[in-house]
Amino acid sequence: MNKFLRLPALLLLLAAAPAARAQQVRVVKLPALQQLLQRPTDTTYVVNFWATWCKPCIEELPHFEQLRAKYARQKVQVLLVSLDFPSKLDAKVRPFVQKQGLKSRVWLLNETDQNAYIDAIDRQWSGALPFTLVLNNARQRRQRFEQPLTLAALEKAVLAVQAP
Amino acid sequence: MKKSLSVLFALLAVALTVGTAFRFAPAEDGYQVGDKAADFKLKNVDGKMVSLAGNAAAKGYIVVFTCNTCPYAKAYEDRIMALNQKYAAQGYPVLAINPNDPQVAPGDSYADMQKRAKDKQYAFPYLLDETQNVARAFGATRTPHVYVLQRTGQDFKVAYIGAIDNNTEDANAATQRYVEDAMSQLLAGQAVQTSSTKAIGCTIKWKKKA
Repeated sequence: MNKFLRLPALLLLLAAAPAARAQQVRVVKLPALQQLLQRPTDTTYVVNFWATWCKPCIEELPHFEQLRAKYARQKVQVLLVSLDFPSKLDAKVRPFVQKQGLKSRVWLLNETDQNAYIDAIDRQWSGALPFTLVLNNARQRRQRFEQPLTLAALEKAVLAVQAP
Repeated sequence: MKKSLSVLFALLAVALTVGTAFRFAPAEDGYQVGDKAADFKLKNVDGKMVSLAGNAAAKGYIVVFTCNTCPYAKAYEDRIMALNQKYAAQGYPVLAINPNDPQVAPGDSYADMQKRAKDKQYAFPYLLDETQNVARAFGATRTPHVYVLQRTGQDFKVAYIGAIDNNTEDANAATQRYVEDAMSQLLAGQAVQTSSTKAIGCTIKWKKKA
């Protein structure tokens, strides 16, 4: 290898290293999301609906990351559902997830008919972002928040939903 | 018998009171289709105050809660302008209202609104809801959020609440144009068939509680 190329190549490798540990973005249709939301297991799901263009969403993402790390040994699953346009997957969503090094699972909902999918996800949701569901189907509990959340607020919701 | 009847009535009264109390719970705040919209007075970008009653020629309004900064509001900006273009002449002008607190959303200040309205040459009022009381009264949660109002005598009745169409990214790919459909039906003297829809949008930037 030309020695002038060696340094840039090394830098590229270094830059890619932390990115490799971030989550891949999975593109899903509504039924896959509904299936997850309806799983009858005693697992608490924290499902956050966000978008790269939504400033308050971006600001609260670290709280979900912290929650995931803190409850990693419990039956608590964090899922971040991007509502960016599917056409922005490579231009916006993937680079953002890599750059932030997000460790939570990230899905992108590949649907355009908002009027249909908002109610299918939760009838009490108006469609405003950010929106977060905290649910445990075995315990038949579901809390919804149409506002940004602090880590403390998230923990409170998780504890309430998974309480015996 | 009389006694048990009066007990029954008492219970019924309690049940009704409780039922009513729940109906006014915060989650259900705001107008539903069929409700009368209370008039308001808000400052337009030209400095003049605008109210529903102020335009005697209006048969109604296409009220749009929107703003400068939300990407979804921006995506619909041209469509909002087109709605005014199409329906103002038929008696239903657009009234755009920015409910965002500029402390939370820099870029949504009165001066920014004036600039946007001038740059894009809005042909309709762009009003500042400084107290956010109008957004609260309507029950608006996001931008953009549309309320079509129809005049009935002195009152304005809510005829449609929701989205403009069903494709934010590409207006031409929309297969449902909710506001236009509602307007066609209203102008034809018919009931609005799809009178309520939902859409993704930016949360209204409410003032932070002191």
